[in-house]
Formats: sequence, structure tokens, C-alpha cells
Amino acid sequence: MNSNESIVLEARHVTKRFPGVVANKDVDFTLKKGEIHGLLGENGAGKSTLMNVIYGLYTPDEGEIYIEGEKVQINTPHDAIDHGIGMVHQHFMLVPVFSVTENIILGSETTKGTSLDLDKARKQIEQLSSEFGLEVDPKAVIEDIPVGVQQRVEIIKALYREAKILVLDEPTAVLTPQEADDLFDVMHKLTDQGVSIVFITHKLREVMDIADRITVMRQGEVVGITTPQETDKQGLAEMMVGREVILEVEKEPAKPERVIMDVKNLTVNNERGLEVVHDVSFQVRSGEILGIAGVQGNGQTELAEALTGLRGVVSGEYIFNSKRMPFENPRRLIEAGMSHIPEDRQRRGLVLPYPVADNLVLCTYYKSPFANGLQRNRDAVLKNANQLIERFDVRTPGPLVLTEKLSGGNQQKVIVAREFSRPVELLIANQPTRGLDVGSIEYIHSRILEMRDQGVAVLLISAELDEILSLADRIAVIYQGRIVDTREADQVTKSELGLLMAGSSVDDLGL
Amino acid sequence: MHISTSLKRFLRQWGALVVLGVLVLVAIGYYYVKDPSITEAVLASAVRQATPLVLGAMCGLIGERSGIINIGIEGQMLMAAFIGFLANVWTGNLLVSVLLGMGSGALLGLLLAFMSVTLKIDQIIGGTVINIIATGLTGYFYQVGLTTKGKLSPIPLGKLAEIPVIGRALFNNPPITYTAIILVFLVHYVLFSTRWGLRTRAVGEHPRAADTVGVNVYLIRYVNVVIGGAVAGLGGVFLTLEAVGSFERVMTNGRGFVALAVMIFGKWTPIGSWGAALLFGMASAIQTQIQFAGQVEIPHQFIGMLPYVLTIIVLAGVVGRSRPPAAEGIPYEKE
Repeated sequence: MNSNESIVLEARHVTKRFPGVVANKDVDFTLKKGEIHGLLGENGAGKSTLMNVIYGLYTPDEGEIYIEGEKVQINTPHDAIDHGIGMVHQHFMLVPVFSVTENIILGSETTKGTSLDLDKARKQIEQLSSEFGLEVDPKAVIEDIPVGVQQRVEIIKALYREAKILVLDEPTAVLTPQEADDLFDVMHKLTDQGVSIVFITHKLREVMDIADRITVMRQGEVVGITTPQETDKQGLAEMMVGREVILEVEKEPAKPERVIMDVKNLTVNNERGLEVVHDVSFQVRSGEILGIAGVQGNGQTELAEALTGLRGVVSGEYIFNSKRMPFENPRRLIEAGMSHIPEDRQRRGLVLPYPVADNLVLCTYYKSPFANGLQRNRDAVLKNANQLIERFDVRTPGPLVLTEKLSGGNQQKVIVAREFSRPVELLIANQPTRGLDVGSIEYIHSRILEMRDQGVAVLLISAELDEILSLADRIAVIYQGRIVDTREADQVTKSELGLLMAGSSVDDLGL
Repeated sequence: MHISTSLKRFLRQWGALVVLGVLVLVAIGYYYVKDPSITEAVLASAVRQATPLVLGAMCGLIGERSGIINIGIEGQMLMAAFIGFLANVWTGNLLVSVLLGMGSGALLGLLLAFMSVTLKIDQIIGGTVINIIATGLTGYFYQVGLTTKGKLSPIPLGKLAEIPVIGRALFNNPPITYTAIILVFLVHYVLFSTRWGLRTRAVGEHPRAADTVGVNVYLIRYVNVVIGGAVAGLGGVFLTLEAVGSFERVMTNGRGFVALAVMIFGKWTPIGSWGAALLFGMASAIQTQIQFAGQVEIPHQFIGMLPYVLTIIVLAGVVGRSRPPAAEGIPYEKE
């Protein structure tokens, strides 16, 4: 890039207050034409707030926005679209039962007389998709296509409205590593055509790989603007968190003892009746972490649900602490000493409209001291909540605040506080750090290791290779519902694991 | 592969209804050969009995497609039946009476929209409020002994009305019955082929997605619910000015609720609802016919139950997979 590129978007002195917090404090932000600008920060740092101000979803309390040097008023998303701004939200804004075409044209429909002109729209979509390498079938229905393709639909939706500025909010959170690479190719094609991209993320590796410039935010303020050449991951992490961060997890060698969890020949169906876990067997000992590595959608969800009692099985045996356990009976498992960090914390882990205090006793509410017979003991529940909030550093205004009001990282801390504060012998953690920021990831990793060192057997299921490699003592790779190989963690490399996860058999690797 | 998946989707959604339709057609053919005049009479009666159900179902589905559950159809119909009747008693003008009746339905629709969109009250409660208002007001102001000045009468459409089997049923009807049939296709067109329809469905499925591309969620919900109220009103006016010619307390007799069953049976689509309404109309017509014939040794109360029993069976899930609009019943809050 040459040095006198024009600035397409500029935010000056933006301040946005919400009751009790200043989400953006005098924020300046500039986007140059044709650049990929990484906007980095932890959850709650104000990245999304800033972009929602620019996209017209929030009205700022102070500050101005300039587009190509001209001051503009953006009050609604409609205004933003008119100014050439497109946004791909973290949670896609697509109607699941609509076709790709219907979703793309919604709000900017092409018509012939009074009727929609779907054929014309389809041609335009096909043209856009071939121009930018965004392969989609315009007639496909959204709920039938994978998340990666849905994301392409979102990008085409912005391009269809002739967006010159594209805001991508945490676009890789839902993608497999391969899909993320495809997305990066698309982003480069877009910038080659003069589109400017704001890339919101908290993943350091991604901004280092793809961004031209990086703006780092912390607690509502911009703490620095840099480039990948001027800094490294460690430096970015420190800017982001405001203190030194341990990216590599330090851990002692495991001291595995007796077998806590013994799973034999487990076969599980998904809700459509297809067999997605085939004849899986493994053991987890106390004091060790068994990592299950695999690309999302290879049966991990169903496996975890079966092992936590949430899903019935076709066949198999589940021995916990030398006792045979029934399936589909979560309470038996919990009382036997199982704890669980579910994959989808908002749907499976928490009752969002409940206060934090109630979520902290979801597994124990019916027992003393939280209940006396049929009656709840509110004082005990509150006391428990105050203790756990303190001990696990949950950032909440109080124990009676509704859980849905907390940030993702703090919601996860509520789950961790609930699950780790009980006397347990087994922890099943499924994607425990998905969508969390560096600080929270560091925290949760250290807590999981602490559990291991206290002699808990840990089953860690994760699609993040880095996470598996840094935490697990043994690694089992799952591919299409089968455990294709199990290795000691110190005897396998990242690239070997990657190949196993992609379905190469052991023989192909020549090992 | 594309064709086979869409065929599968179609069969999964419509299979049960198609099979049922074919069975009904076979039965009609059989009875037509046996006794043409009675069969034609039953068919014609079925179409007319179906009219208020079709109109009620259209009201329900344009509301629900935009995300608002309308359980007050019964009340909207009853109020419109009463207002249309009173207007006719006073003015004697049928057109004015019909329009006033529809207007009263629309007004109750506006009330429902205000409660559920602006005040964000639970929509079931909002609808129940409307039903109570309508039953209370019409019951209170009802006077015995009033009769209408004239009634809407059938207009045969020339030679078309002489077609065997279907001629009498489809082409020799009074105006509201014709309107109902036209509305089925009009609503189908608007819902699936126009800009308004696309936006309506989007708002009913995923209002935030619609909002982020600049669609006014509140406006669409208001307009649909008000128009729905007018359509339900037309169904109410049908009862007083086309079918009976007088008003009685609670004369809708649960048709507003049956209309909701019809809409669900028709999977929230206009043409499906029409088919379902005809089936219910047929049940009513057969029930009347059996009572007239008077040869069966079943107490008439049991025969009279037929349409309602059918409702229960249908709603108990014989209809196969059906999926309501995802966002229905949930008030939309802007960020």
C-alpha cells in the first residue's frame, strides 16, 4: 500500500454510555481504502458497540462519523446501507426458512410490476458470487446449508447493496480452520476490488496473519494502533488485556491414577436417527486430561450429550467409578460426581432469564442448605452466590442480576463456578473456551488444570488444536464418529493431528 | 438431487393432506353417481359453510405470518356480525353494512396490534381481551326482534353455474363467498410473490434480520393485523348478512377458533387453509344432511359434534409436520 491512501471511514471522539457503563470513551477510528483493519479487544472492550454505532444500531452520545471526508448522520441501518456500509453480524441475520436469494434481496427487492423478480436477483447473485469467489446456490434454503456458506450469503448480502465498507464481527468464531482460510482468501479478493474491511476479532493469530493495520481496544478506549510488522502476538495480548499474559499454559506432568470413566463400545444417533458416534471406547483416569480433537460436526456434540446424560444411546456401556451408569439420567451422573461445561452455554449451561445466584445452584438447588424440604432457602443461595462470585471473579453488578445481562466470558465463569465448586471426580468440558477472549481463556485453562491436579478426571472436547495441545495429556482424534487414533500429547505434532482430524488414516501418514 | 429433496420436503409437508383430498374426491365421485342432486347440494353447502372459516383462517395467517398470534378472530367476527347487522337494520344498505362490519373487525385488529406490538402484552391475553369485549358488547346491546332489510343473494355466473358437480358449488354463490375464494388466491399471491409478502414472512420468522436491512417490523405487523381484522370482519358479516339474515347472541359459535385449526391444518398457507376449510365445510354440510335425512338412529347432538371432533383430531396431529412462523407470539424489541 502507498502512504497516501484515502480514508473511507472515520469516527471521531465517539462516546456511548449505557446505564452504569461507558461502552465507548472518546474513541477515534480510521479505515483506509482497500485495507483489512483488525479491531482487536476482549469481550466487552467496546468493539461491537463502536461498529453498532457506525452501522446505525446505536446512537452515540457524542462524536461524529465521516465517510470519505464528509460528515454523515447514521440513525438506522438503512442510513448505513445507503452510505455503503455492510455488516456481517456475529449471529447471522438470515431467515432460516428462506432461500439464499430471498435472504439477500430482503429490504432491497427487485420487482417486476407488483411481483418480486427473483430471476433477475438470482443472476445478480451469481455474478457477485463468481466475481468474488463466494460460491453459493441461490436456490438453496438457508437452514440446509453449512455455517460457512451462510456466512458467504451474508457477505453477498452486503455486496448486493453495493457495500464499500464491510464490517465482519467475529467472522471466524463459527468456522472450521479450512473455512476460515477460505474466508481470508475472499477478504483479500474484496480488498483487491477496493472494498475496505473492518475485521472484529479477539484471535491474535488471525489479526497477525491477515490485518494490514490493527486497532486495539480495552475497556471502551482505543489503547493503540499498530501493524503486524511492528508487534507480535505477545505484544498484542498485553495491549488487549493490559497486563502480561501467559499464552502458553505451564503445566506439570500428569499423575494419572485409577480409572474414573470407562466408556465401552458407545454408539449414538443424532436426532435424525443417523449414527454419528460409532463404537467408541476410551478411559479417563483421575488426574489426567484426555483431549478429544476433531473438526466440528464429527460426532463430538452427540458424544458429549450421551456422556452427560442428555441423549439416549443405541448401545454401549458407561462405567463411572467402577459403577455401571444408566444413560439419559443427568441427575444420577451429577450426584455420582460428574461436572459438565456444555458446548452451548446459553442454551444448555444456563437459564439466561434467571439471576446469577439461581444459576449457581442449578445442580444443587434441591439439597440442603439451598432447600429445606419443599422450601428454598434464599439466604443460603445468596451467600453461596456471593462467595462464588468472589472466588471465581465473576464480573456482575450483583448476585441477583439476570444472567443474560452478563458478557459471554462472565457467563462462562458462572458455569465454571457452579461446576468446579462442587466435589466432583469427573469433568466433561465441551468447547469450554469457544467465543471467549484471551483473559477468560487463560483463566478457564488454569482452572481446568487445577481440577486435574486435584485428581479429577477431565475429558476435554475441543475443535481448537492449540487448546488440545496445551492442555491434554493424551489426545484422541475423532473423525466421522470414530476415534481414529489416541496418542500421548508429547508424542504428536500439530500437523500430524491436523491430518488425522482431516481423515487421513495412520497408514497414510506412514507412522 | 435438488428435485428429489424438494419433492421430499413437499411430501413431508403436504402428503397427509393430499391423500385426504384424494379420498374425499373419490367419495364425492361415488355419491355423485348415486345421487347427483343431493351431492351437489352438499357440495354447495360445504363451500358456503367453509366461507367464514376461510376468511377467519386468512385473518389468522396474515397476522401470524408477520409474527402476531390472533386468538381474537372469534371476537372480531362476532363484533362485525353484530355491527353489520345493526347497520343494515338502520340503513338498509348492504354494501355500507358490509363495510362497517369489516371496519369494526379492523378496529379490533388495531386494538390487538396496539396491545401486542406497542404495549408488548402477551398476545394470547390480547386476543382473549378482544373475545371478551366482543361477547360482552354484542350481548349487552343485542335486542330481540330486529331483522335485516334484505340479505346478500346468490349471483349465478351464467353457463359456468351449470357445470356438473362443481358448477353449483363454485359458480352460484353470494358475493362474500366469491370474495372469500378470490381472497385465497390474492393472499397467496401477496404472501409469496410480492415485496410486502417477503417482508411479512421475514418479520414473522426473524424480525431482527428484517430490521437490520431496514424493514420496519412494527409497521408491517400493524398493517397485517389490521387488514386481518377486516378480513375476519367480512367472515362475521357473512353470518348475519349472507347466511342467516339475523343476529343471535354468540352466533359465531366457535368458528373463529375452528378457523385457527383450519389455518394450522393448512400449514399457514392460503391454499392449504382453503382445502382444510372445505373439509370442515364438508363435515358441517354432511352433518346437516344427515340430520335432515333423519334416518339414522344417532342423537342429533352427536352428529352436530362432527366438525368439532374433526378439529380435535386435526389439532391432535394427524396432519403431519407443520411449523409455525418462528417468531410468532414474541414481541419485538429494538436494540
